[in-house]
Amino acid sequence: MPTTITINGTPTTVQAEPDTPLLWVLRGELHLTGTKFGCGIAACGVCTVHLDGQPVRACVTPLSAVGTRAVTTIEGLTGADADALHAAWTALDVVQCGYCQPGQLMSACALLRANPTPSDADIDAAMTGNLCRCGTYPRIRAALRRASAGLQAGG
Amino acid sequence: MKRRTFVIRGVLAAGALGVGWALLPPRGRMGDGSHITTGGDERVLNGWVKIGTDGSVTIMMAKSEMGQGIHTTLAMLLADELDADWASVRTESAPIDAIYNNAPAITASLPFRPDDDGLVHRTADWLVRKFVREAGEMFTGGSTSMADLWLPMREAGASARAMLVAAAAARWRVPVSDVTVERGVVTDSGSNRRAAFGDLVVEAAQLDIPTGVPLKTPAQFRIIGRPTARLESAPKQRGTATFGIDVQLPGMLHASVVMCPTIGGGVTSFYASAALALPGVKQIMKVAGWNGGTAGVAAIADTPWHAMRAVRAVQVTWSDGAMAGVTSAALMQQLTSALGADDGYAYHADGDAADQLARSARRVTAEYTVPYLAHAAMEPINCTVLVKDGRATVWASTQIPSVARSAVARALDFDSDDVEIRVQYLGGGFGRRLDVDFIAQAAAIAKAAEGTPVQVLWTREEDLRHDFYRPACVARYTAGFDAGGTLTAWSSHSASQSVVSNVMHRYFGLPDVPIDRSTVEGAFDQPYAFPAVRAAHTIVKLPVPVGYWRSVGYSHTTYFTESFMDEVAAAASQDPVTFRLSLLQERPRHAAVLSRVARLANWTTPLPERADGVRMGRGVALHESYGSVTAQVAQVEIGRDGAMRVTRVWCVIDCGFPVNPTMIRQQVEGGIVFGLSAALHGEITIDNGRVVQGNYDTFQVLRLNETPQIVVEIMPSTAHPTGVGEPPVPPVAPAVANAIFAATGQRLRSLPLRLPATA
Repeated sequence: MPTTITINGTPTTVQAEPDTPLLWVLRGELHLTGTKFGCGIAACGVCTVHLDGQPVRACVTPLSAVGTRAVTTIEGLTGADADALHAAWTALDVVQCGYCQPGQLMSACALLRANPTPSDADIDAAMTGNLCRCGTYPRIRAALRRASAGLQAGG
Repeated sequence: MKRRTFVIRGVLAAGALGVGWALLPPRGRMGDGSHITTGGDERVLNGWVKIGTDGSVTIMMAKSEMGQGIHTTLAMLLADELDADWASVRTESAPIDAIYNNAPAITASLPFRPDDDGLVHRTADWLVRKFVREAGEMFTGGSTSMADLWLPMREAGASARAMLVAAAAARWRVPVSDVTVERGVVTDSGSNRRAAFGDLVVEAAQLDIPTGVPLKTPAQFRIIGRPTARLESAPKQRGTATFGIDVQLPGMLHASVVMCPTIGGGVTSFYASAALALPGVKQIMKVAGWNGGTAGVAAIADTPWHAMRAVRAVQVTWSDGAMAGVTSAALMQQLTSALGADDGYAYHADGDAADQLARSARRVTAEYTVPYLAHAAMEPINCTVLVKDGRATVWASTQIPSVARSAVARALDFDSDDVEIRVQYLGGGFGRRLDVDFIAQAAAIAKAAEGTPVQVLWTREEDLRHDFYRPACVARYTAGFDAGGTLTAWSSHSASQSVVSNVMHRYFGLPDVPIDRSTVEGAFDQPYAFPAVRAAHTIVKLPVPVGYWRSVGYSHTTYFTESFMDEVAAAASQDPVTFRLSLLQERPRHAAVLSRVARLANWTTPLPERADGVRMGRGVALHESYGSVTAQVAQVEIGRDGAMRVTRVWCVIDCGFPVNPTMIRQQVEGGIVFGLSAALHGEITIDNGRVVQGNYDTFQVLRLNETPQIVVEIMPSTAHPTGVGEPPVPPVAPAVANAIFAATGQRLRSLPLRLPATA
């Protein structure tokens, strides 16, 4: 039974069973491999995508729960805030192995959209579910602050 | 002469005289590049670089990129000597070839202290390098990449540059001395004629490959030594970089495995009918344990999710094997018992420590323990294999392609020449991807679907429960003082499994090694001048599979040595930094690093007394590993509820000439976070032969909200570059433990650090 969902702005019909986690629809059927698999139990954040702008863990979100909500993956993350985040990530050399970074950026972007000037406590709350074994956390915090400041300055 | 020295000298002499090849110098590493595949517009100049007629400079990567930034930093070496335009530089994973074999990782595993510059050490080092050139392995580990390739990749760049210069000089009929190179453009200074690399490369590639071309002096570097951004940062941010798990091939099938929950167990029987009835399922099969792995069952299906769901639906009857009934508490007891059984094998002894301790006026003794640890890299274990027409192609996130190739050849009964390994980006390695169990397993599974590529992906549960763990270890340290309170002796004895024995058995089926430097690294090569010292270890054979884990032996011995150093300083009523410095008078490099971190952390300025009842403390640790000297100060706060937070860490590292300060700083910060995960959370426990922890909910790693402020300084140096990936990991656990002592007066002698609940 095909399901149609909107992914990165495009209505897309997929064949996966309704109970298939969105992560495996993206990776397994649509070959959108920017969204990563890490734990399967929403404990690490590498599969973070947006549903109508809200960050969710795709590994525990069944296809049937997506409904009409717009799915955004790292491949479709655009806009001034996304650009500011990428620029800050580059300027501060955040990336190491890079495996968790799409998920980090999805969480960071959702945070900035909800709260353009997050405090350290806000950053803690929004980002603590995204694990990184390389230890890029100090630079993630700094890059988030930089992106936020850049967006404020840029109007 | 020590017994160890005698044995090694004998072995080396016999080898050298008996075989004779030892008289020839180690084979050169330039290579002619005939093993490199090229596009139609590319020309190979040597085994390390090819240049396109469009001017693109493609640098061959003998090392796996797992976050340490080695692709960027290695490219800098060659590009600088080539005088390439950095914007034209790209990287490509090298195929397996002997010129890429890693020598320093093997010489560093010889049981010599870094300060041993004797003839035996130098001879052994030379012979091993020669052996490695002929029959070594291509791998990334032991923080050796820069030590290994600092000269070969610069020589390759200089040689390629000389070929381009010679081609230009011949074309223009001018002496080569008139030709200059800058940013990928070759110029005749007399006529000002210019040609780009791409325009010259076809002619240059026809020339002989020169060796011994003079290298730049540091003052001439344009790229080396400059903070340089990661080449692959953008694709990693955008999700377009290809990790092993992201490999996509036409018609590819997916497999999921469940291995016997009891490590080393097997499959008695299984019923697949329910699984086979699920959508997309192609095959259910038994899979053996390869290269130290555990046997299990695999499901092959059309999508990863179908494969995962199917394998869970297989009903399996397991046979438990050697680990049945084993618990980690009993294993720790076995290690403790081993300490009491004898004095262990002395890897280093100077003076008569036992006698000095017997005659000491006062003794201090402490016993430390550390648990097993998993690697828990963010990219779960996976591997993609196509078996077709008697050949196998393997796409893998691996640190050791040459052993992976042999393992696949063995699993398929192929010649190694019929196996190709294509190394992908690693979503973290940390030593886990130095093992090849999953690669041979994937080959065996793909053989069942011959002609079709199969991607095997483990769940996180399989990844954590079928790891090769950092060994648990128990250590007893004793120091003696004379009546005047002066330190007279230092003695250590530890007990753990041998990583080298485990790994060599898994790689090559070799028998156990009698001694293993990695069990005592950090303990037998401390920089301090002790009046008398003995560093001993007892290898205990236990059934838990152990492996290389970022910083290996140092990951725990430094926790022992630097915690105990703090205890000894306290027993001598001395400041921890001052006391260490008093033992480092013959070690200016170490003393400089320690002094600098103390200044950076304002060590001599007392921490404030807090009105809110929060107790603060600072602790220090110093060590040398992988040729680098690292010192850290950690600051902790302990709330009235007893909750402990690490708030700040300062680190100074001397890693020789800093080739790329950007990557060094990343590695230091990341190493501290990795070390803190182990110091504060990391613990694998075993119950009835099964690993208890199965995911990040139970195997906790450090999170952003727990991460301290980190300040890093790199010592200026012009010495040969040394290790960076691992040295920052070990000092943080003892620095934090010592900070907790400073704040509370409590010594925490086991990891992870857990403060007893306070009233």
